Amino acid sequence: MSVGIVMLVHTALGRAEQVARHWHAAGCPVVIHIDASVPGKTHDAFVSALADLPDITFCRRHRCEWGTWGIVAATQDASQQMLSEFPEVTHVYLASGSCLPLRPVQELIDYLKARPRTDFIESATTADVPWTVGGLDHERFTLRFPFSWRKHRYLFDKYVELQRKIGFKRRIPDGLVPHMGSQWWCLTRRTLSAILQDPKRPAYDRYFKRVWIPDECYFQTLARLYALNIESRSLTLSKFDFQGKPHIFYDDHLQLLRRSDCFVARKIWAHADRLYRAFLTDSEGAMNRTEPNPGKIDRIFAKAVERRTRGRPGLYMQSRFPNEGWENGKTAGQYSVFQGFAELFENFAPWLARATGTRVHGHLFAPERAEFADRQSVVNGALSDNAVLRDYNPRAFLGSLIWNTRGERQCFSLGPRDNQAINWDIAKDPNAQISVISGAWAVPLFQSNRDFADIRKEAALLQKIESDFLDVLHSPYVKARIRIWTMAEFIESPMEPLQTIIDEITQKTTRRLSEAPHMADLSGFGQFLQNLKNQGMHPHLMGDFPVTQGAMPRNGQSPKPYLVR
Amino acid sequence: MGAWQSYRLRLKRRRFLFRAIRKRRELRPVTNRTKRIKPGDILLFSTQRNEAIRLPYFLKYYRDMGVNHFLIVDNDSTDGSVDYLADQKDVSLWTTPRSYKRSRFGVDWLNWLQMRYAHGHWTLVVDPDEFFVYPFCDTRPIRALTDWLDASSIKSFSAMLLDMYPKGRIDAQPYRAGQDPLEIASWFDSGNYSIQKNGLFGNLWIQGGPRSRVFFKDMPERAPALNKIPLVKWNRRYAYVSSTHMLLPRGLNQVYDEWGGEKASGALLHTKFLDTFTVKAMEELKRKQHYAASMEYRTYASQLQKDPDLWCKWSEKYINWRQLEILGLMSKGNWA
Repeated sequence: MSVGIVMLVHTALGRAEQVARHWHAAGCPVVIHIDASVPGKTHDAFVSALADLPDITFCRRHRCEWGTWGIVAATQDASQQMLSEFPEVTHVYLASGSCLPLRPVQELIDYLKARPRTDFIESATTADVPWTVGGLDHERFTLRFPFSWRKHRYLFDKYVELQRKIGFKRRIPDGLVPHMGSQWWCLTRRTLSAILQDPKRPAYDRYFKRVWIPDECYFQTLARLYALNIESRSLTLSKFDFQGKPHIFYDDHLQLLRRSDCFVARKIWAHADRLYRAFLTDSEGAMNRTEPNPGKIDRIFAKAVERRTRGRPGLYMQSRFPNEGWENGKTAGQYSVFQGFAELFENFAPWLARATGTRVHGHLFAPERAEFADRQSVVNGALSDNAVLRDYNPRAFLGSLIWNTRGERQCFSLGPRDNQAINWDIAKDPNAQISVISGAWAVPLFQSNRDFADIRKEAALLQKIESDFLDVLHSPYVKARIRIWTMAEFIESPMEPLQTIIDEITQKTTRRLSEAPHMADLSGFGQFLQNLKNQGMHPHLMGDFPVTQGAMPRNGQSPKPYLVR
Repeated sequence: MGAWQSYRLRLKRRRFLFRAIRKRRELRPVTNRTKRIKPGDILLFSTQRNEAIRLPYFLKYYRDMGVNHFLIVDNDSTDGSVDYLADQKDVSLWTTPRSYKRSRFGVDWLNWLQMRYAHGHWTLVVDPDEFFVYPFCDTRPIRALTDWLDASSIKSFSAMLLDMYPKGRIDAQPYRAGQDPLEIASWFDSGNYSIQKNGLFGNLWIQGGPRSRVFFKDMPERAPALNKIPLVKWNRRYAYVSSTHMLLPRGLNQVYDEWGGEKASGALLHTKFLDTFTVKAMEELKRKQHYAASMEYRTYASQLQKDPDLWCKWSEKYINWRQLEILGLMSKGNWA
């Protein structure tokens, strides 16, 4: 009993020679197919370099372009030659020039010896595999593909479209159920010879010649007709990226490959000297391992695909700049925006920080500077509080802040005095929690000592700006968690809404707030609003405040905080 | 992008190429060893002026990375760097006394040399104070990267400029020839960058970092661009438009993903801010050979006299490429 190796090579022939010698040294006969596009000189040098080994032969050459019939034809010829020239061969292992045996070849031989009737070939029906490139699964068996997918993508796509439109369908030969799977298999002599000597083979070949990427389905489909016992997996460790190209292994994968316990890996970078040295020379393998276990490698490559296709949420950088709607998370984490709270409550920021343990900034978009927590002038990521820098690209400013402080929730105030450029961004961001007490901007005006004409003008402006913001928050495109109260509504029972907001931030509902923030003294606020009205400016955002005293539920110069039982 | 705009960009590219061909007369070969360039070699192109002190480490860094040949244009140096470079076996050197500014800051010269010698090669275009890092650069040579890019049919590779600076006055620690400049300038800004899309050329326009934070805080729109595409599988029909910020044809500028994913990218560690900088800034101010009427240098000169410390509490100390990838400044993409 022995294992025959069919090797398809097209580049890095030096490495292919090394690997062929390695197989041969373990007593495996090797049949090599050299791609017809390899230049004559290189070909001759390669053949003569291996001339000293008796059990290495070369088969008829085909041109093996990706996704074409040539690869299947090459495999057929080489397998045929293997079966007829080496009658002692019981299993045929299909490998490429960039495959590298990771475990001593004897272990592979023993493994196959223990499973004499098993065919190792990944073979799944089209309905069950998610990894088809180009969105073609079953259609690759029923359409025609005269144009190259790599070189003439446009024609390829158009022709597929056309065939779909006119309802063209090829007939699948009777008895065949299309299966697909990894190109790299290991078949028993029984199964392989049955496939190659089938009287219907010319018909099958004719059919598969026009199938797209036949090397992933020819043997996979036909093996189902003859095999007694199919293990639907490949003994070759081979990972694919999101475009269907194989991942490449480098020197720094040495430990990973060692621990994978796989028999063969592809594909190996031709200059990965350490890998070739380690796996082709040392015999550190006598550890009696049994089943291959590529779990960790799977995870690493799955993560790479995920990174390439989904990316890190909230990251904007030189090689990731998603179009609107494709951000997969507009920002890197959740944050809270408060409008009107810092105006209505005197100590809102420190109170909120204590109650939630989050980082509470002031007005980040204030006209003077970004009011970072603790009056810092620079925060995480060396983000500056300079208003000009911030206003140059407010979206980037907010995105950077949230990205730089990943893992720590940010809270900040917004108001009609601030830069309004990010309103739509936060409104459409599912990570944002926006709470608004409308009309609270009037409190600082009420407390200020300015000329009433000024106040009236400013009030009109601020009301207009806040009203625009509320329009944004009421739009159907909003994705943020939004709560809006008029000021009159809010001060009626402030603890309830505060509790809701804080529960949402801390994700807990058990703890009751024991301490309330100080509310500003609002005695006379009703009259103040009436004065504005009398001047012809109609403040409507704060709700209904009676003109007389008593709009405030309490009196006195030093109001006590609420105590909630 | 309509046909008319495509056509205009095509004309623009042709004009740049024509300009480059015309400007070739300004270059005088000092040592031309380009006959030694073998097919598949990775080439590095650079312009330099009085950088003798930086060159030993610069050459070593890129040799170790696996660059096969250096093609350098010297702009009228007086510090012995010409002799030094002429002695290096893997350097081809040209020299010119002509205006750096009028060759569009060296781009015309390099476009010509690339057209002539780089067709079909992977080319890296960097200044002597820029150090290229890419994913896995500590364990894989640059050929691993270019082979992977070839296999993935990617023709251009982005590496954002990351300004490095020392802690304290930038002139506190003198730089010695041969020394790793990152030993001194080992700090950077990790998260204060602004990105916009350039509609015409399709590239991203990145600004920010310490230069925006300190020198350009009152006029951020004039802060220098940090987006760079230094590694390109060159074709003689390609042309750099402005420094290595963008190229034509514009498909080469599409180094970023727009559908949520991350493409692979690297970084150029920019070690401009060493003690040599103060002298250089003064000199360049006199020569007036830099971008936008040397605006950058004027700003530096005035700021640096006041408070020459770029370091702040939130500066990040450089460790390795993995740190940059975690911070989101570069990405492995789907290279694993």
